[in-house]
Amino acid sequence: MLGFLGSMNLAVTLLVALALASVIGTILKQNEPYQNYIVKFGPFWHGIFEKLGLYDIYSSSWFILILAFLVTTTSICLYRNTPRILASLKQYREDMLEQQLVNMADHSRHRTSVAHDEAVATLAHSFRSLGFRTRTKRHGETTTVAAMKGAANRYGYLFTHCAVVIICIGGFLDSNVPLKVRTLQGSLQAETREIPVSRIPDRSKLPVDNSSFRASVSIPEGRATRAAFVNLGAGYLVQPLPFTIQLEEFRVEHYPSGQPRSFESDLVIQDGSQRIEQTIAVNHPLSYKGYTIYQASFGDGGSELDFKLHDLASAAVLDHSLKVNGDLVLDHNGVAYRLEMDEFRKFNIFANEDPAIDKKFRDFGPSVNFKVRLKDGRANEYLNYMYPITLEGREFLLSGVRSSLEEDFRYLHIPADDEGSPGRFFSLLNLLHDDARLRRIYAAGQSALLPGNSVDGNITEQDVGNVTLRLIRLFLDGGFPMLQQQIDPAMDEDTARTVNSASMKILRFGLEQAYTASLGDAGLDVAEISERDIQFLNDAIVTLSALHQYGFPYYLQLTGFEHVESSGLQIARAPGAKWVYLGFGLLILGVFFLFYVPHERLWAVIKPAGTGSEMVLAGARTRHSRDFSRYFEQISRTIERSFPAN
Amino acid sequence: MRTDVMTSEAPADLAGLTGKRFSLRPVDYLWWALLLGGFGFVYLNYRHNLNGYEWIIFSCSTLALGYAGTAWTEFRRLLLIVAVLALLSIQLYDATLARAGERFLLQYFLASQSAVMWMSFLFVLATLSYFFALFTGSAFSAAVGTGLTWTGAAMGLTGLLVRWHESYLISPEMGHIPVSNLYEVFILFCVITAIIYLYYERRYRIRALGGFVLLVISAAVGFLLWYTFDRGAHEIQPLVPALQSYWMKIHVPANFIGYGCFSIAAMLGLAYLARGDDANPRPLLARLPVRAEIDDIMYKAIALGFAFFTVATILGSLWAAEAWGGYWSWDPKETWALIVWLNYAAWLHMRISRNWQGPAMAAWAIIGLFVTLFAFLGVNMFLSGLHSYGEL
Repeated sequence: MLGFLGSMNLAVTLLVALALASVIGTILKQNEPYQNYIVKFGPFWHGIFEKLGLYDIYSSSWFILILAFLVTTTSICLYRNTPRILASLKQYREDMLEQQLVNMADHSRHRTSVAHDEAVATLAHSFRSLGFRTRTKRHGETTTVAAMKGAANRYGYLFTHCAVVIICIGGFLDSNVPLKVRTLQGSLQAETREIPVSRIPDRSKLPVDNSSFRASVSIPEGRATRAAFVNLGAGYLVQPLPFTIQLEEFRVEHYPSGQPRSFESDLVIQDGSQRIEQTIAVNHPLSYKGYTIYQASFGDGGSELDFKLHDLASAAVLDHSLKVNGDLVLDHNGVAYRLEMDEFRKFNIFANEDPAIDKKFRDFGPSVNFKVRLKDGRANEYLNYMYPITLEGREFLLSGVRSSLEEDFRYLHIPADDEGSPGRFFSLLNLLHDDARLRRIYAAGQSALLPGNSVDGNITEQDVGNVTLRLIRLFLDGGFPMLQQQIDPAMDEDTARTVNSASMKILRFGLEQAYTASLGDAGLDVAEISERDIQFLNDAIVTLSALHQYGFPYYLQLTGFEHVESSGLQIARAPGAKWVYLGFGLLILGVFFLFYVPHERLWAVIKPAGTGSEMVLAGARTRHSRDFSRYFEQISRTIERSFPAN
Repeated sequence: MRTDVMTSEAPADLAGLTGKRFSLRPVDYLWWALLLGGFGFVYLNYRHNLNGYEWIIFSCSTLALGYAGTAWTEFRRLLLIVAVLALLSIQLYDATLARAGERFLLQYFLASQSAVMWMSFLFVLATLSYFFALFTGSAFSAAVGTGLTWTGAAMGLTGLLVRWHESYLISPEMGHIPVSNLYEVFILFCVITAIIYLYYERRYRIRALGGFVLLVISAAVGFLLWYTFDRGAHEIQPLVPALQSYWMKIHVPANFIGYGCFSIAAMLGLAYLARGDDANPRPLLARLPVRAEIDDIMYKAIALGFAFFTVATILGSLWAAEAWGGYWSWDPKETWALIVWLNYAAWLHMRISRNWQGPAMAAWAIIGLFVTLFAFLGVNMFLSGLHSYGEL
């Protein structure tokens, strides 16, 4: 039994089995929410995979079993071989005789005029000067000089194999296997609900003096925690801490290109009366009383956002404020929209693509991401920028919209006025919704249209007003395509084109008149409409034509924010680490000893021959035999030369 | 009976054989003087720019290069040439990145991108020379192959050093050692693999195998070129916070010594299989060394690779403990490193304890390269994890 457990075949089989099992764990994403697995594999396979522990393979019982076998096998190898190796380091084999040497692959024979005793002394000294330790033994007439070097090589074997055992045991101390066992026993149960720590039952809490865990926690700026969370299976456990960790401030610094350069948290540890302030960063954790606190992630800690909601169908403007991750239900003409605030970003740094601006990167300023969900669960996602963005020399407020995560955002470009606000655009839009006002405007302005631009001499003033208004309505409801649809399909091509161009002209007239009036409302001198004002109208028309596709009856204008970040910390106690590191040290030492300190033996049998002596040399190395043959040849050639021939 | 005698002196020649490694010639003193002079210069001028850990790394690398340069004079020559080229590029850049497009020598030779292109060209040419030599028996062509490989390695190493400088020229806060993404480590891979091969070539006189080894370097060059021209990967990117650590300076190079050795072993395995029996080799490949010799070097390459890969994985683990809060997280990259390690551990066990040799071991070495390749590239391409620094 011991023979089987300690066998090389089993050891290598286990190494390969461990490798293959590890492969599964990298292909199948570990520790995902079970929902994801069910969607991916279906309930049948999900059940089987869960039973096999494939979702947390590295702490599944069979994986641990393989590791345990590996440790056992290695230990038995060590147990069986260590005494033999240590003994062999003391055995110089000085009983080797001529015949045995000649049988070895690397041997040579020399004759010299040097007398026996002197030859023995010289050879022993030569071997020592090559770094060998020697033993000399006389067997009657002849003498054997036995030499050995590279004991470290044999220690290499011991070190590497000890290292594997130590690392595995150290790693086991820090693993979550004990937690799994307690869960199976029923004394511990992972919590799966999202509830405050105070309401979590004791059976989901770990003892405060728990000596080995890896927990994480997210702290908003200005807040503190006395607990962290350990993920286990589909739920989590609470790990209370013997001290309080407070997050004063979290900072992200950026490269000019916008990529993050550093994540830093200013922490305050309050432990009784002791207070420690320290900044941690990625690669720079804080160690306190055996607890190590790492910068692991970051997120929004509930930034407070102020915004205006511009009703796209009336003049109404609503003021609201909402925290990130908060939501708000809006009722618009009997339809309920739930606004879910997802993300606030203070900086949006992108590569500059505008040749008019001489900068490699541009900050597009703060932005918000939110979803608008209808009753049936369908949602659009929006991305609105707070400040206008300059494109081709004009300023626009951008609002991106998409209906699924796979799509790119399509952007609504709302032209910004001189103050950088959407005010001018919305006053135009409001006016366009004001039928009575529009009728008055068109009544006053139609004279400008009629004389030169008459479509048909028989149109009355009243008709012009009505037609214009109707076109405006159609345009706002469905953009340019809607106008096209109004044309009778039975019409021949020429007539259709004439009608289309006429309606475009009237629409343009109607929009121009309204725009002029809205400028007048804002106190501008209508007589001096500039090139820029006309450009503004053109941009506004493009936006108006796209408005019906926006999917949300409000435009959200971010007006203010209080940025609150949160820092994701990882807190760990790893009592096994020192064992693992010891194992690492032994492993490195052992590997280099094994491969780069060869264990070599040399022998010389010297017997008197006439007045001189005859010497037989032989040598062996545990490995690298080809190299050793060359080395041995070198030695024997040198000996041949240095001993005077007889 | 035991008599240890220590009377007479050892013969002079034998003492020479022993002390060979440690006897320095005047030129060696000059080498050390130069190296320590450089070290002193850095200490006097830049000591505040390096933290304690970086000083340890810097001192150890100086000693390691000094030792390697003493023991292996061709390597010393390479280091000196690269140092001169790198210093020349610093002079030519004159602290302005735009000089890369203005000065002839930079534009066509020394700017990192140009140097890397030269490296690519030279390695491909070296491959062809080696194969020509293998097929025709031309000793001249083989020597040209060696020369081209040395030159390619010099250009690659120069390219990396110049790139290091260039990153600081973009902006001091962007500056970092160029081993931070897939593009940079591919250059490192080519250079390290070439140098390790050249070491074996000199030591075991195996020029005939050059073509096979350079084949894997040429493949890496092919990838590098595609990565450059198709993906624009040669742009210097700033370092993400997780990589801002002195650990990177030792973890990555150690890893690539491992990868380089494993690649060489795999190519030797290929040569072993392609060659055919010693008795009746394939006609074109008859000049390859006998199988036992290829097998021996293959074993040595795997042993060296395994030693460095062990060190690299341990360094990675220590780094992970500092950056991610645990020395082992079963992250895909970590796990694949373990798989590579286990694979070669199994190979070495069979070889050492069972003395397995022959085609099966050669084939296993080739399979090992695919396992390594997946750990190195596949994980980044197909699996997501903490280690996704070089996406395709």
